[in-house]
Amino acid sequence: MIRIQNLNKSYVVGNTEMHVLKNLEVHIQAGELVSIMGSSGSGKSTLLNIIGILDSYDAGEYYLDNVLIKNLNESKAARLRNQLIGFVFQSFNLISFKNAMENVALPLYYQKVSRKERNKRALAYLDKLGLLEWAEHMPNELSGGQQQRVAIARAMVSEPKIILADEPTGALDSKTSHDVISLFREIHQTGITVIIVTHESDIAERTKRVIQIRDGAIIADV
Amino acid sequence: MIFDQDSWQEIISTLKKNKLRSLMTAFGVFWGIFMLMVMLGTGTGLEHGVTQELSDRATNSVYIWTRKTSKPYQGFPRGRHYHFVNEDIEKIRRNIPGVEHLAPRNKLGSYRTTNNVVRKGKAGAFSIYGDYPAIQSILLQKITKGRFINHLDLQEKRKVAVIGSRVYKILFEKGDDPLGKYIQIRGVFFKVIGVFATNRSGDDEEEDTQTIFIPFTTFQHAFNYGNKVGWFAMTSEKGTSAAIVEEKVMALLARNHHIAPDDKRAFGRWNAEIEHNKIMDVFFGVEALIWFVGISTLLAGVIGVSNIMLIVVKERTREIGIRRALGAAPRSIIGQIMLETISLTSIAGYAGLLAGVVMVEISSYFMAKGGIKMELFRNPEVDLNAATIALLVLIISGAIAGLIPAHQAVNIKTVDAIRTEI
Repeated sequence: MIRIQNLNKSYVVGNTEMHVLKNLEVHIQAGELVSIMGSSGSGKSTLLNIIGILDSYDAGEYYLDNVLIKNLNESKAARLRNQLIGFVFQSFNLISFKNAMENVALPLYYQKVSRKERNKRALAYLDKLGLLEWAEHMPNELSGGQQQRVAIARAMVSEPKIILADEPTGALDSKTSHDVISLFREIHQTGITVIIVTHESDIAERTKRVIQIRDGAIIADV
Repeated sequence: MIFDQDSWQEIISTLKKNKLRSLMTAFGVFWGIFMLMVMLGTGTGLEHGVTQELSDRATNSVYIWTRKTSKPYQGFPRGRHYHFVNEDIEKIRRNIPGVEHLAPRNKLGSYRTTNNVVRKGKAGAFSIYGDYPAIQSILLQKITKGRFINHLDLQEKRKVAVIGSRVYKILFEKGDDPLGKYIQIRGVFFKVIGVFATNRSGDDEEEDTQTIFIPFTTFQHAFNYGNKVGWFAMTSEKGTSAAIVEEKVMALLARNHHIAPDDKRAFGRWNAEIEHNKIMDVFFGVEALIWFVGISTLLAGVIGVSNIMLIVVKERTREIGIRRALGAAPRSIIGQIMLETISLTSIAGYAGLLAGVVMVEISSYFMAKGGIKMELFRNPEVDLNAATIALLVLIISGAIAGLIPAHQAVNIKTVDAIRTEI
């Protein structure tokens, strides 16, 4: 599903160039549940952004579903993201003036799905995550855990092949974190590839495979 | 995209959820177009008023009268007084082809002087004109009762008079039928055959209607004018310039009266065409100014919209980033922001347009209803073309106003956009 070969990425900050990812080799099969671990500044988020086609890279190759992702224009990248990837962020990133259902339905809007159909599917996913009665609520009326579940429903509604989660439990207490990870495990059971970036080892422990990154290089992959 | 119901719902919900911001933005545009409409209405009101004042004369009319000669010629000294005479009438008719209507005129008394007309113990000071029927085509007065002077009146030197509405008011009891009644002008009795009114208002109206017309021949006979002609009023034929006709008639009159061909100061003259053109030039200037000021106001509004949209885009960077992560193509983001701006400016502009037109119509209605007649202001209105142009300018500038922020919105990298803290 994901094939990364000899990937290099650097940022220029002021006069110094920071080499963030160094000759990275990552292969992830379809249907895996993987966590990427590392301390802050290790380059794990950059890697996730590259996998999510939110960021570009300098050298090497990245194949997503056997398509070379390199120098794509923004329209094409947007289409691929929309079709293949579901995002879950640390700060949930729900749109504040849309209710839960509208938030979940948003990816389908960009797939040109009709409004009625969108809302139907969004409600189905909210139901799956036990949030049906909160469908008409605005994000600020929901708890952190509920917001993150809405965000997960939004990531799943477009039936992507991969779900990318960037520190999905970073803003949640341990009980809620636990629930959220269980949720990811359930999603994984349905055959979707799930990649979680985290710096918490107890979260990483609950995934099938842990890739450890330090200073832009992989130090462990078990 | 534009006719897709979903994108409209998206825009309406975004605008609704940000009411204050939308309102503030809309108000700038609303005010701009409202002011433009009010100014345009005032401008046309002014124009109507002034053209009304000019409407007592045909725009191609020319007046020529005598003054002192300023050059010695053919043995005559300079500074000589002379008169136009009846023979000039025939000569002009025969020799100057461009003249459409020719009216030799004489005048007795003047506006606001001593009483010169009496009837049954009532008296008034009026201007008495000796005229040809042709004057009707030059002065454009409206006959409200009876008839004007005709050729038979002239031939038979009938003692008949056509009186202005104010003359009637002063000399007659209200409701009296003036036709067939006699009035005494400088001791001579005249039978009233008609009453006329004018289009003008205020002092001009008073002056216009304190006038009595009698046949030109009768005038010369009754008041001992011999064959003297006070002055000539005429109009040029369609397609012939009034200024050229004026020159030709002056040249002819100069020959008839031994005046040096280059002695322009021997004649007094007034040319409505020139005056009319001058005033039209002024109005062109006024209109240009109104449009300039109006469009500038509008532009200020549009720039305000663009400014606010820039802030809005900044404020919504993260939201836009999220939308892009979820698969919104740049085109769709640009389209959404532009459509938002355009619909905001269009709706606000349309409201301003409507409010402006209603305002102008209301003042027009009350002026008409209250019978308010101002001398240089009448019947304000906004013409549909101007409104359409303004609306078009608005929509186009709305689009331009949206363009910059829209591009800024997609120029930020998606990752950076999502990470933006507000």
